[in-house]
Amino acid sequence: MTGIAESLLTQYYHVVFVLLLGIGVYTMIDAKNLVKKIIGLNVFQVSVFLFLVSSGYLEGAEPAIVKDGGGPYVNPLPHVLILTAIVVGVSLTALALALVVRVYQEYGTLDEEHLQEVMSDD
Amino acid sequence: MTDALLGVVIAVPVLASVVPLIASFWRDKIGWYVALIALSVNAFIVASIVRGFLNEGRLSHEVGGVSVPYGIELALDGLSVPILVLVALVSLGTLVYTRNAGPRSNSFYSGYLLLTAGLIGVTVTGDVFNLYVFIEITGLTAYALIASGDDGRSAYAALKYLIAGTVGASLYLIGIAYAFVATGTLNMADLSARLAEVGHSDTLVLTSFAFVVAGLGVKVALFPLHTWQPDAYSSAPYGVAAYVSALVSTVSAYALGRLVLTVYTPEFLVSNPVVSSALVYFGALSIVAGSVLAVLQTDVRRLLAYSSVSQFGLVVVAFGIANPTSVFGGVVTLFGHAVVKGSLFFAAGIFAYRLGVTRLDEYEGLARKMPYTGAAFAVLALTLVGVPPAVGFVGKWYVALGAVRAGETSVAVVIFASTLLTLMYVARLVDRMYYGAAGTGTSETAVADGGTGGVCVTYGMVALVVLAAIAVVVLGPVASAVQETLALGEVLGT
Repeated sequence: MTGIAESLLTQYYHVVFVLLLGIGVYTMIDAKNLVKKIIGLNVFQVSVFLFLVSSGYLEGAEPAIVKDGGGPYVNPLPHVLILTAIVVGVSLTALALALVVRVYQEYGTLDEEHLQEVMSDD
Repeated sequence: MTDALLGVVIAVPVLASVVPLIASFWRDKIGWYVALIALSVNAFIVASIVRGFLNEGRLSHEVGGVSVPYGIELALDGLSVPILVLVALVSLGTLVYTRNAGPRSNSFYSGYLLLTAGLIGVTVTGDVFNLYVFIEITGLTAYALIASGDDGRSAYAALKYLIAGTVGASLYLIGIAYAFVATGTLNMADLSARLAEVGHSDTLVLTSFAFVVAGLGVKVALFPLHTWQPDAYSSAPYGVAAYVSALVSTVSAYALGRLVLTVYTPEFLVSNPVVSSALVYFGALSIVAGSVLAVLQTDVRRLLAYSSVSQFGLVVVAFGIANPTSVFGGVVTLFGHAVVKGSLFFAAGIFAYRLGVTRLDEYEGLARKMPYTGAAFAVLALTLVGVPPAVGFVGKWYVALGAVRAGETSVAVVIFASTLLTLMYVARLVDRMYYGAAGTGTSETAVADGGTGGVCVTYGMVALVVLAAIAVVVLGPVASAVQETLALGEVLGT
């Protein structure tokens, strides 16, 4: 039991990852407003970024600028990966917002339930 | 030398996708020509890559000369060759269709070329993170293309697809993050060896597997993760629906197979019997649920969408059983389904553009009004059922054979039952088309609808569908002949 409590305290970033993930998924499912859903999506993605970035961290390690007698170094690879993933996330958000604009222009609402009603009418 | 072409084949459509956008300053509607040239060039490159594969076996290329496993590897083996050929063929075929049926804007073809690049990238990459990036490129462009329909409905469907698809891709990313934490590598071949070292029953490895399967399951649209798919397919323009239904889920299913079979490997499934049965039952559930839902549909496009759910269930079952016979059946099903489903959407589009019919009850007597397209539609639909000698039969046969060899007789029963269910909705459709009273109201609907965009159905479009119908029948016997060439046993490491 203490083992779990200890690992929760030392690996608190993992707890934050799960919390953010939960918040993101919950917002996506619960929010009726399409923009809020996209915010939920962003929170969800950020949780994944946090998880990967923190996986490369090493307590007391140096940045990976290799010199004689240096080390241990943190693993720079996850950071590079997340840089790419952030770019992907930004483009997705841009596209999602563009689609939201189009939906709003067409139907004049962003409320999911209201949208379903309007759509089943025509 | 040939292996360097693996990079070129991705680069050509990416570079070409910029051209229509820049050209928009001077000319409209030039995108189609750019796409035609780029994809024809690509088809030639694919042909020489396939020749290289036939001569040398597995191809591998280190991007930028950074040595594997640190750099990104592009690779081609028996599992990916059919998919690469498929992407090259379908991307050219769809162009024939969109020439007239549209969308015709330059920006559409930029998206189209990028989507093709993403699909090829997923097919040839040998790096799990690179795979994530290509999956997202595929996803992004697919959402944009789905939204290219002219009503708000398509934008809303695309948004739903975007949210589901991004969650799927992020789950996959979590999965590979766990695998990375366990092993410290991202190269597929290296990862496979290191996962075995860590131990196949290790919690991290099992967690990563679960996330990867769930994430890609959303992308493939397996039941119950399929909810984005019918809306997306039924609100997109027909050409787009055909392309997306033929390839996007297909390469995602391929990616799932690639990870399950060559990264986690069949030994992983053997040492975790619970996981392996879960995967097989996940697929089997999709087979049955997809068929049942398809029977309930009244809109032809939604019917076709749900039938995809069922077909991809079959593919996942094949990968879950994971012996060379069933995997071969899975690959044949992937290939056959892509050609059949794409062409069915083409044919449905021709009916809609010419006569304005989209619902099942409007298909009454359709085959008499449009004999060629009608006959092609019937042949393609029967291929979906698995009537011999067409390709659908060959796929189902090998999957069922593999299942029986692996001792999973219950799966073979599910496959047989789903064939009957498929026959139920296909027979209903074909029966209406051939023996239904020739619809009286349909031509009026076409005028009243007016929503077909005044697209003129060309001979090229009809010829494409007829050609596809002939191809799927011919492909059946041919498919069995290439089993040796693909050397799937080697890919699976058995």
